[in-house]
Amino acid sequence: MFVYADHAATTPMSETAIAAMTEAMRTVWGNPSSLHTVGQEAKVALENAREEIASLLGATAKEITFTSGGSEADNQAIVSAAKLGAAKGKKHIVSTKFEHHAILHTLNKLEKEGYEVTYLDVHENGLVTPEQVKEAIRPDTALVTIMYANNEIGTLQPIREIGAVCRAAGVLFHTDAVQAIGHIAVDVVKDNIDLLSLSAHKFRGPKGVGILYARRGIRLATLIEGGAQERGKRAGTENIPAIVGMAAALKEAVANLEANTAKVVPLREKLITGLRKIPYSHLNGDRDARVPGIVNFCFEGIEGESLLLLLDMRGIACSSGSACTSGSLDPSHVLLSLGIPHEVAHGSLRISIDETNTEEQIDYILEAVPQVVSYLRTMSPVWEDLESGKRKHFFAK
Amino acid sequence: MLYSEKVMDHFQNPRNVGKMDDADGIGEVGNAKCGDIMKMYIKVDENGIITDVKFNTFGCGSAIASSSMATEMIKGKPIDEALKLSNKAVVEALDGLPAHKLHCSVLAEEAVRAAVKDYYDKHGIAYNPDEFCAGDCAHCHEHDAQ
Repeated sequence: MFVYADHAATTPMSETAIAAMTEAMRTVWGNPSSLHTVGQEAKVALENAREEIASLLGATAKEITFTSGGSEADNQAIVSAAKLGAAKGKKHIVSTKFEHHAILHTLNKLEKEGYEVTYLDVHENGLVTPEQVKEAIRPDTALVTIMYANNEIGTLQPIREIGAVCRAAGVLFHTDAVQAIGHIAVDVVKDNIDLLSLSAHKFRGPKGVGILYARRGIRLATLIEGGAQERGKRAGTENIPAIVGMAAALKEAVANLEANTAKVVPLREKLITGLRKIPYSHLNGDRDARVPGIVNFCFEGIEGESLLLLLDMRGIACSSGSACTSGSLDPSHVLLSLGIPHEVAHGSLRISIDETNTEEQIDYILEAVPQVVSYLRTMSPVWEDLESGKRKHFFAK
Repeated sequence: MLYSEKVMDHFQNPRNVGKMDDADGIGEVGNAKCGDIMKMYIKVDENGIITDVKFNTFGCGSAIASSSMATEMIKGKPIDEALKLSNKAVVEALDGLPAHKLHCSVLAEEAVRAAVKDYYDKHGIAYNPDEFCAGDCAHCHEHDAQ
């Protein structure tokens, strides 16, 4: 059996999106900046996609800027807000310790340029609170940037409440909504969001395309200089097929949101219940405040990469927050931010499912994971020490 | 593919995996914080030949494969020869490791040395302590250097 359970990494494209893209490649291949009919037809396709996406997010078309994906949108949002703040003498930013690296590395860069960043602690349930944000905001705060849903553990932040806190304080609020869009209902107006990033390939759209939403009146800084595309805020001939594909994928995802959630949540619950039966395992992140499809577990005494490879051999594709999968020294900064010790964080597994997964596949995962965990434990000196009492267990049995 | 076929073979079918109750020497190196620990057991006969080797490893695919390969390379060999086992030789025998996984082979080399040192200590055999690293130092320095 083959089970793709790594949808938080990327999703296979929907047939609807493929059809829309293929059609766009055949029919609207013109340059939208050209004044002739061929070009203007492409311009129409581009603007239709923009309108469509805007309406699905509760935004207006002028507030949508197309980017190369979530990372570019994150970069542009933060740099823009930082510049706007600096012009008023505000050079402080509030974020969290478990943001995506597209956020963290951009903030690190700004710190080197003289900005100050407060990284909020994340509670052990993988959530930050509006109160924390309120306390962290200072008179010189230019921006609050907090992710909508965490990419590793799937926890949903109280975005609407955090947005309200920022609005009341007169501080710009950006959210990296890459893991949320298409999986839960997001409305930029109701959620009090000023800036939002999304990426098409997380909801069955194509790779290499995303969006930065910026509320009307927020002046964006330009990262890529050149022509006047995207109102001069993002140069380069627009990737019309990808943009059209993204619009089709988002429309489909939003239309099926309730039905997909109704299908995915019971599968996720079955996964959580089943994996919890493994001794000394732990569900990372809040039990309830989470996107439908992401489940993240730690298993004591084993290392995540070997778990991942053995599952792959059984036809199960998933992910791990272990240092070895990323090629860095430290295990997942997300798990560490929850207070999980290094040696335990190495043994993590992220399973991310969607509506195309079946109950049979979940059963298959629930058969394979305990076997592989148990096998790796038999050859683990760490497990031996845990069993003999030489090392202390971190989680309850 | 991240790993060579040899690495995948030793990862999937590790040789000499397990514990040894009557080991003559046991070496444990690595650090759970860094994500890998290797424990190696050796049985040595009266002629100084390593007649049996076992290992247990907590770590990634290349850590398991490196331990497995190292046990194969020293089994049946005189201790002197086992001490000459270098991480480079382990890497070569595995048809290479990705750059950020080379420390796994260092760990395998250290595990062998630690087991031999333990054997020397337990059997009152004199040795030059400078030849033996205390344990996980090189391993974690390797990490720091990255």
